[in-house]
Amino acid sequence: MSDALPIEVTSPTPLLELRGISKEFPGVKALDDVSFAVYPGEVHMLLGENGAGKSSLMKVLCGAYRADAGEFYYKGETVAINSTADAQKLGIAVIFQEFSLVPHLDIAQNIFLGREPKGRIPGTIDRRKILADAKRVLGTIGFDIDPSTTVDKLGVAQQQMVEIAKAISQDARILVMDEPTAALSDRETELLFALIARLKADGVSIVYISHRMAEVFALGDRITVLRDGRRIDGVRPADVTPDQLVRMMVGRNVDMTYPRHFTDKPGELLLEVKGLTAPTGISDINIEVRRGEIVGLCGLVGSGRSEVARAIFGADPVTSGQIIFDGKSISGEPDLAARRGIALIPESRKSEGLALLRSVSDNLVVSALRKLFPSGLFDQRRAQRTADGLIRQLRIATPSARQTVGLLSGGNQQKVVIGKWLAAGSKLFIFDEPTRGIDIGAKSEIFALIDRLVAEGAAALMISSEQVEICHVCDRAYVMREGRIAGHLTRSELTEENIVRLGMHHA
Amino acid sequence: MTDITKDAIAPPRSFLSQDAIQVFYRLLAALLICAVLAVLSDSFLSLGNILNVLRQASLTFFIASGLTLVVLTAGLDLSVGANVALSACIAGTVIHTTGSPALGILTGLACGGIVGLLNGIMVTALRIPSFIATYGMLWVLNGLTYWYMAGETLHGFPAGFRQIGSGYLFGLPIPVYLLLVFLGIGTFFAQRTVWGQEIYAIGANPVAARLSGIPVARRLLLVYAVSGTMAGLASIIFLSRLNSAEADIGESLTLPAIAAVLIGGTSLFGGVGTVFGTFIGALILTLVLNGMNLLSVSANWQPLVTGVIVILAVWLDMKTRRRAQ
Repeated sequence: MSDALPIEVTSPTPLLELRGISKEFPGVKALDDVSFAVYPGEVHMLLGENGAGKSSLMKVLCGAYRADAGEFYYKGETVAINSTADAQKLGIAVIFQEFSLVPHLDIAQNIFLGREPKGRIPGTIDRRKILADAKRVLGTIGFDIDPSTTVDKLGVAQQQMVEIAKAISQDARILVMDEPTAALSDRETELLFALIARLKADGVSIVYISHRMAEVFALGDRITVLRDGRRIDGVRPADVTPDQLVRMMVGRNVDMTYPRHFTDKPGELLLEVKGLTAPTGISDINIEVRRGEIVGLCGLVGSGRSEVARAIFGADPVTSGQIIFDGKSISGEPDLAARRGIALIPESRKSEGLALLRSVSDNLVVSALRKLFPSGLFDQRRAQRTADGLIRQLRIATPSARQTVGLLSGGNQQKVVIGKWLAAGSKLFIFDEPTRGIDIGAKSEIFALIDRLVAEGAAALMISSEQVEICHVCDRAYVMREGRIAGHLTRSELTEENIVRLGMHHA
Repeated sequence: MTDITKDAIAPPRSFLSQDAIQVFYRLLAALLICAVLAVLSDSFLSLGNILNVLRQASLTFFIASGLTLVVLTAGLDLSVGANVALSACIAGTVIHTTGSPALGILTGLACGGIVGLLNGIMVTALRIPSFIATYGMLWVLNGLTYWYMAGETLHGFPAGFRQIGSGYLFGLPIPVYLLLVFLGIGTFFAQRTVWGQEIYAIGANPVAARLSGIPVARRLLLVYAVSGTMAGLASIIFLSRLNSAEADIGESLTLPAIAAVLIGGTSLFGGVGTVFGTFIGALILTLVLNGMNLLSVSANWQPLVTGVIVILAVWLDMKTRRRAQ
């Protein structure tokens, strides 16, 4: 068996092994003869572009999808995973990016949801026992918090801890984590890594999906690369370089440098924000964006970056201050801002950017309806042609413009969100975490696209937690701290250290 | 490179849209019911009976068509029946006092429209969930109508006015012509106008619709106002057909209208459905009730049968659409 895996491993028998897994959807072969093994106590990184099959493999693992073909072995024995219950029995638990916690229940109730210890009176819950049990489980993962706290009071990182505690309480031996650090700060990431080390020491295996190269090398014991639904290779971190991994993922040489053509003379002033204050917690914001510029908006998560974006777009009310766009003052709802030429590419594209059940075509033309059909009469064929043009221009991977947008991969969904504003002919593009959850190939494409937009006279305001991106792509950047602009960095001052220094809380 | 291979392995799924397929299923179901009734009852296929079915269906359809737009935005309008009653009583009074049917018709439409607009304001400006806002409106309208009519019945309207609900033109009842006109207008509005597209987008994801630059509040106002105005139109046809108006004429109208919308394949979660589907829904509902009459099944069974059809229709809808989640 170890012939199949050219890697020496500590334990000869994998805890769980998948062989020849295939899964097909109408029009797409999501998994094609994929084999995959998890050994006890290892961190197994799963790499691949969006649409490579990582999510499908994860869903097969946890029983959410039923494989069309393939075999499962648990400690060498043949098993079947036909349902989530089967997977749970084998000790497989998944921490999805979107948590499955009930917000208004407390931590203990969430951990033991559906498995509550029964009280003496039938139908009641033994409150004392559930709290004690929760305390104990939280203790094993080193999370010191009162288990009677309701989940909606917790931050993202803490909710993740509760998810992990829930999995551990179900005796999970294999923990699948889908981009667990995507929404975490650096400090929170460190805590998570420490927890992963602890779980490893206890013999828990971790399947870790990531788009961050640094994590792959810092955490991974082994790496499996998927591309187009196939397993490309299994390697050890010590044996590869990041560049080699990227080449495996994309199957072509991707220019990892950020495609940006800087010019020395920015165009005319497009957006001027003066003393903007809003009840969402931002105050006295002053920002200028010129045509041809990409301006960064940095700061920690929660420093008010998204709130500034939403206020400029009219999505949230404003207390005082002025927003001047293209020479005219602007205030009102998003439809006004959109009509004047402002585009918002929101942080959560699934819930705020797209109508997931509608077609690619419907989503691509939704912001341009008024521009494409000034008479008010809608023409499906014209909409389709416009959509087809954008699909080609943005290289959106979809079987057709009629495809339901929810079935596309993350990177392609993001291209649809950007595409709808291209169709609308927007002049200022406000990007809120444009590359979150997007693979390297698509990231590069999206930056090339932003570069082309501003070269053609548009402007961009870009929020990103990836400081590397800001440094490579932006002409200059504002750094926010606690709802205010803490400083401004010109191109020559724009370094990760400066961003961190300005964005940090000073006690 | 990868993109090209993906394009190659995945041809377009189908030339018919999901909506077209769903409407097709329903047409088949309606035809099937017709076939069964034609076999079971000699009088079903008589011209008189068929025209009667169409006229009945048209009354349900007028209310249900406006309601369809509301449901497409993931809302609900429970006040349509009560709105019909109030509008009919006010329109009737205007005709009696002024002697002008035209003025009465305008008043009925206006009354319905204003009620709808008030619903829209509650939903958008006050952010009250539509289910609750229109449920409250139902009681308010009932209260107003009962107070206004004080137990009286209005009856006896000019012969010309009565033609609207009970007259014939080239052998077809006039409501059937109106049905065709409003079916055409409704379908055109929903499928072929920018406003229609925006309504679908709002129903599919209201947050994304707003952040895509759609004036969500204004479109919702429009949708509720249209629903109210269609109730106003229905009130005129009722008034003309019954030749009388009482405070309680609306009480049995709302639930069948909702049934027609649901049988017609419009999802209560919004964003999915068609006005044409609602027409078929109204037709199916009327056909079944008509069949029960012809077969001398007690009217007591009608609510039960309606309920079963609604549940069956929605369940089949979910079964056939499931792959697109």
